[in-house]
Amino acid sequence: MSPETRPDFLINPEGLRLDGRRPDELRKIELECGVLKTADGSASIRQGKTYILAAVYGPRELHPRHLALNDRAYLRCVYRMATFSVPDRKRAAPSRREREISMVMGNALEPALFLEEFPKAVVDVFIQVIQADGGTRCASITAASLALADAGIPMRSLVPAVAVGKADGKLVLDLGDEEDKYGQGDIPIAIIPRTEELTLLQQDGSFTREEFLEAIQMGITGCKYIHELQKDALKRAYAKRAPEASEEEEEEDVGTEYEDDLETDLGESEYDDEEEDE
Amino acid sequence: MGDFSAEVVSHIDRNYVMDLLKKGERIDGRALDQYRPIEVQVDVVPAKADGSCIVKLGNTSVIAGIKVLVGEPYPDTPDEGVTMISAEMAPIASPMFEAGPPKEDAIELARVVDRGVRESETVDAKALCIEAGKKVYMVFVDIYPLEHDGNLIDASSIASNVAMMTTTFPEMKIEDKELVPSGRLMKIPIKNLAVECTIAKIGTSLVIDPILKEEFVQDCRLTMAIDQNDNLTAMQKGGGIGPISMKQIEGAIDMAIERSKDIRKITEDAVKSVK
Repeated sequence: MSPETRPDFLINPEGLRLDGRRPDELRKIELECGVLKTADGSASIRQGKTYILAAVYGPRELHPRHLALNDRAYLRCVYRMATFSVPDRKRAAPSRREREISMVMGNALEPALFLEEFPKAVVDVFIQVIQADGGTRCASITAASLALADAGIPMRSLVPAVAVGKADGKLVLDLGDEEDKYGQGDIPIAIIPRTEELTLLQQDGSFTREEFLEAIQMGITGCKYIHELQKDALKRAYAKRAPEASEEEEEEDVGTEYEDDLETDLGESEYDDEEEDE
Repeated sequence: MGDFSAEVVSHIDRNYVMDLLKKGERIDGRALDQYRPIEVQVDVVPAKADGSCIVKLGNTSVIAGIKVLVGEPYPDTPDEGVTMISAEMAPIASPMFEAGPPKEDAIELARVVDRGVRESETVDAKALCIEAGKKVYMVFVDIYPLEHDGNLIDASSIASNVAMMTTTFPEMKIEDKELVPSGRLMKIPIKNLAVECTIAKIGTSLVIDPILKEEFVQDCRLTMAIDQNDNLTAMQKGGGIGPISMKQIEGAIDMAIERSKDIRKITEDAVKSVK
């Protein structure tokens, strides 16, 4: 019972958005790895008021068996929203929207994974939206990709995702809830950062050809920043989990050791990027 | 953590758990009547839910969220509001849970927690009435386990109680036959809080707050809802087909009444922390 009304403007005369952001500014994003102990891999994301948990189970035996693939593992994504995550109470049964998002999420994540290493198995990705405030499909992909890395699923790259939209005729990065509802368009994208190839692309609303291409560029820039946050969250999680380091120096040593593991998981180019960053 | 091959593991585990219990010990080192550490985070969905909390019971965690809507009362109770508790065993919480419609165990979880709230009259249903026969408040409590390491019932019961006691929602009134907000905030009227305590029977031993490994080998479990006057307001025997003797039931009741005081205090402290 939180009544919502359309705001007078989405971009104020000073050129700032409802929550005070510039058009090309992301919301505050907090990523954390390994938040659920029962899962093989897990991650949480807080993006503005959006709060999502992702869990990965597998590779494990697939039920029902007829879904099994002979040449690779089956990637099963399930996106669900809690009934209390939205302004009105959502019905408990999965909606068509939830099913569609589950599918496009799988398509966005799969190109980054070496699923051919686990024929006939399943890798399960479960997403639970705890609080939805716009951009949940992109935030889900960002978190799911991190959870897959946490589960040790071999991957070419992490997959960051973000939405670009149009509010009051201006392109804006990382739509908030009101901008999504009352804006003129929405383009969620996910990319493989190294090649800048898109693995998720949807659009609704109205964009000119130029606007559309500019929007994608804006999204890619946003994704690359989110990618840095993802790598950072992974490193933090594994430095933290490193076995007893009594002195600080030791801790750093162990940290490096774990980064080596990261290299095999993420591909060498990733590691090189990090070297340059530091 | 991968798959639990429950059948195979439990034969080995059963002996291990039983041997320890014969010496009065548990696999995680707790006393038989000792809960795991309980941690409560209140108002975790502040922007969308009317009330919410996460409860951690050792390595088990659940989230409960509340939505208060306005609807029509049931014809047989025209002047009473409605409280509905549901639970979904989302596969995020355990390698044993599968996606799909709620199965027996999810339905049992929701119904046992629901009976604990309903039978004790935790919520004053009459105070949730806006206009008899026309409009009442409907309190929806939805529970999602996040990590399953045993005893989801008690964790869910604490979570739903804390979430209900910390819920605020806009008060509505009827003006010229129209439903309008009065501009004030309301709390869910709490009448007689009951807390649920679950005790597992393993062989001849009774253990409170079983972890998952204990649940695998238990003969059965007994869940009791206990109100502020130490009355039993709901009970459920479940979690296995093993029979339980009258003497053991008595023992379980005594243990539950004793420990329910701690749970009640934790619940009340969590509620006070947000006031």
